Amino acid sequence: MREIIEFSPDEIKPDPAAVFRAQGIPAEADIREKVHEQLNQALDLFGEMADPVGIITDISIDDFAAVYPGDGRNIEPAPVQEIFPRADYLALFAATVGGELSSEIARLFDEGEFALGALLDTAASEGVETCGHGLVRHYARYLRTFDNLSTLEKAIQRYSPGYCGWDMSGQKALFEYLEPEEIGIELNQSFLMIPLKSISGVMIAGDREIHEFRPTYSFCAQCQDKGCLKRMISKYWD
Amino acid sequence: MDILKQIAIDLEKGDSTAVHELTRQAIGGKLSPREILDNGLIAGMRVVGEKFRKHEIFLPDVLLAAKAMYAGLNLLRPLLVRDDVPVIGKVVLGSVKGDVHDIGKNLVGIMLKGAGFEIIDLGHDVPPEKFVDTAVAEKAGVIGMSALLTTTMPVMKRVVDLVRERDLSGRIKIIVGGAPVTGDFAGQVGADAYAFDGSSAVDKVKELLGVD
Repeated sequence: MREIIEFSPDEIKPDPAAVFRAQGIPAEADIREKVHEQLNQALDLFGEMADPVGIITDISIDDFAAVYPGDGRNIEPAPVQEIFPRADYLALFAATVGGELSSEIARLFDEGEFALGALLDTAASEGVETCGHGLVRHYARYLRTFDNLSTLEKAIQRYSPGYCGWDMSGQKALFEYLEPEEIGIELNQSFLMIPLKSISGVMIAGDREIHEFRPTYSFCAQCQDKGCLKRMISKYWD
Repeated sequence: MDILKQIAIDLEKGDSTAVHELTRQAIGGKLSPREILDNGLIAGMRVVGEKFRKHEIFLPDVLLAAKAMYAGLNLLRPLLVRDDVPVIGKVVLGSVKGDVHDIGKNLVGIMLKGAGFEIIDLGHDVPPEKFVDTAVAEKAGVIGMSALLTTTMPVMKRVVDLVRERDLSGRIKIIVGGAPVTGDFAGQVGADAYAFDGSSAVDKVKELLGVD
């Protein structure tokens, strides 16, 4: 299975509360009218400039076993290393909200429109994550066409290079297999995706318990995000 | 009200138009550029930094204030150069090699500039050698590095090692930050300081350079 999934900007545009939350602003905060105006402007720009698209291609456990090690710079042991061999299904994915947004964010900062640039940056990050959620739901619907899986027992989680011991250089092998250049995502020499507001990784579908682990790996102490804990309690199978 | 106090108040509100106009009036009123900078713009940003640190205001408020500060600074800049007013320090900033564009790093740069530092922003995906070569070429006293990914944090150690190898530890200090970075990590890699956010970065950089 290999599929390109197009989204509309409205489908993935974040709501204002999500943008404020992502910027660390508590829900009960008294936000000035001027800031609300800037956010509305940022979301208008998002609607005008976002060009969201994703790509999924399924991959066997054996093939992913060849992709995951990359250039041999992963930290071991690591969650993905221990999870993927127990998967029912795997798929590589990538998504982007397009280059125009990234260029606009940079332009706003260059012109001193820092608040607007930062709000648009956050909106773009939230938007591309929403694309990621959309790709998971799409993959779940695809899997259900031939495997009648219970949502209580199964889960799909996304994992990406650059996090949790999976070295950024792993993007190279991932890109060679997935070929997201087809939707306009390229990889530079430092393994950064261009456009910047892009995501990539592997979707691992299987029993819920395979995704559960204690964050006690060697790199966990340095992590302030603890996104793994949020992932472990999410559903992702609807 | 004293025009410099009014500049500071309007800067805190993020009123770029007012700050621009009042700065123009202050210059016309023969106040020295240095005085307008220190007692108007920097004074206002100092209050903004304090309120941000105490979570009384948030990132968009700080950035609106920064825009207002730049509105005044753009008028003062040629006059400061004309009068040969020294900057209080030079900082080379960047996100490390392999790491992405970082709004937090940009905010640090904005707040350092607001505090009177000259910033050389190398952007993102910066190789270790470029941090050090630029700091030497620009005679910067501080290198500030940001990382958003745990897998790129080791690059920071490479920069620290390069500074040591080139016998520059005495005159180039290193400060690190970013979402996954901690004070413990900073200590482990040999950085001189760690900053949690833009506001604390200003205090730490001042400490590193021994300025007020």
